[in-house]
Amino acid sequence: MDVSEGGNLYDTIVIGCGMAGLAAGIRLAMFGQRVMILEKHNAPGGLNSFYFQGGRKFDVGLHAVTNFVEGGRGTPLGTLLRQLRLPWDAFKLCPQIGSRIAFPGMDLRFNNSIETLESEVARVFPKDIDAFRKLRKVILEHDALNLESKVQSAREIVGRIIQNPLLQDMLFCPLMYYGSARERDMDFDQFATLWKAIFEEGFARPLEGVRVIIRALLERYRSLGGTRRMKCGVKRILAKNETAHGVELETGEVLEAKQVISTAGWAETKLLCGSQRTDPDILENTGSLSFGETISFLDTKPAELGCGETIIFFNDSDQFHYGKAENPFDLRSGVICFPNNYDYGRSGDLPEGILRVTGIASYDHWTRFNADSYEAQKRNWFPRIIKSAIRFLPGIDWETIEKRTVYQDMFTPRTIEKFTSHLGGAVYGAPRKAKDGRTELSNVFLAGTDQGFLGIVGAMLSGISIANKHVLMSGR
Amino acid sequence: MTKEDIKKVVLDIISEIAPDEDLSNVQPGVRLREQLDLDSMDFLDIVMELRKKHGIEVPEEDYQQLASLDSCADYLTPKFTGVGA
Repeated sequence: MDVSEGGNLYDTIVIGCGMAGLAAGIRLAMFGQRVMILEKHNAPGGLNSFYFQGGRKFDVGLHAVTNFVEGGRGTPLGTLLRQLRLPWDAFKLCPQIGSRIAFPGMDLRFNNSIETLESEVARVFPKDIDAFRKLRKVILEHDALNLESKVQSAREIVGRIIQNPLLQDMLFCPLMYYGSARERDMDFDQFATLWKAIFEEGFARPLEGVRVIIRALLERYRSLGGTRRMKCGVKRILAKNETAHGVELETGEVLEAKQVISTAGWAETKLLCGSQRTDPDILENTGSLSFGETISFLDTKPAELGCGETIIFFNDSDQFHYGKAENPFDLRSGVICFPNNYDYGRSGDLPEGILRVTGIASYDHWTRFNADSYEAQKRNWFPRIIKSAIRFLPGIDWETIEKRTVYQDMFTPRTIEKFTSHLGGAVYGAPRKAKDGRTELSNVFLAGTDQGFLGIVGAMLSGISIANKHVLMSGR
Repeated sequence: MTKEDIKKVVLDIISEIAPDEDLSNVQPGVRLREQLDLDSMDFLDIVMELRKKHGIEVPEEDYQQLASLDSCADYLTPKFTGVGA
């Protein structure tokens, strides 16, 4: 390319070294572009990062890699591995044991074979099984990866097919928890994408967690000559006549590029282009859903305590409420994850038991506490969150968990905002997505969460699709 | 470069893009998508590799010319000749 002189000139600058940024960087470097990935933090991975504490390895975000298929072609996982030219076993994925959607007095089990969920629906909701099959057909025929499609309400479409509101809620619960930036509803594209990712395909995890995936991406990117800078925040995107020509770093240094792919988020990228946080469109398109999580390390395996399932999505109310929390933590519903309960086979086993409980948390509350009361509130909420969750784990009680816990940690919306820079600690970003990746600047494109593909596989596909469409295909 | 050489170039590119596909019995007159598991993203990669390895540009409106090995050879021959390969 014509900017091979070295110095601070690049073909493409990618903002953010998460899954989407790395995947976009790999695609561009593969075809000879000079690419620079800029990451504000010291660890790569973005929303799916990791940290060490108390001699232990923690995953952030990742409960499960969705979209898992074993060697299946024509699937999102197959497509992304081929596009990145990575071998099938690059991510060392091991399948889940089995999961459950738990509502009052009612369970739907599912695993990586859709037949399990279908037979569970037939058992629990015999009158609705035909409607379930019809919905499934509609989803399978829907092209959810079309970058040009319009937003449609999933609640409306699903409601027209499945009349039973309880079954609707039970199906929405895991899909919303694993990706909806919208309160109470989802865009149908996202609903269909997550349905396929979770129910048709399934859950898997590398034994050593998300770092295995990040390491594979980093190595691929490096081998192609891609460069990156960590702890390197971008202060603003420099533009003239609606065209960007580079970025100014927080240090004041300027890097020039022919185009910018930003994975920072829709509003976050607008702020880099000069918008103010109080601008109406920024306020209106900042996500209001944030989460908190407790992580307990146990001196025994969950299976020994009678907990052999991988993930349990629970809700204790007549209706499932997925919306902004009014209290620091919304205890009515949540997600339990036992990372031990994957079929690791010969890969080995995790050294300790791990119990993670995730739920909707209030950004406003957790950011308002001062340093002392923040720690006190964490101590106060920790047992309440676990007690709420174990209502859906028969045979286990709080005293046992307390006695067997050897280490614990907790994150809140405040932690999420600090490490992901997502406004409002909104894990799934803005409620309104920019599917085609375009922004007001002709050569600045969005990839990642706010482009709208979901999950780890979705994030990587987002980076790939945006790099393909706006840079490689247009011959930039 | 002969048409046979060009078919070999395209097959080599496909083997790099899709190492899990069996290319031992590809029929030159039949559409590649009917014989192999290739999607539009894979065709983009064929185009990108032609540019990277051989300096050949295939505009988006001509992607359909790459449907089969025979059509690849017909379409690409003048381009290969043009770059003096």
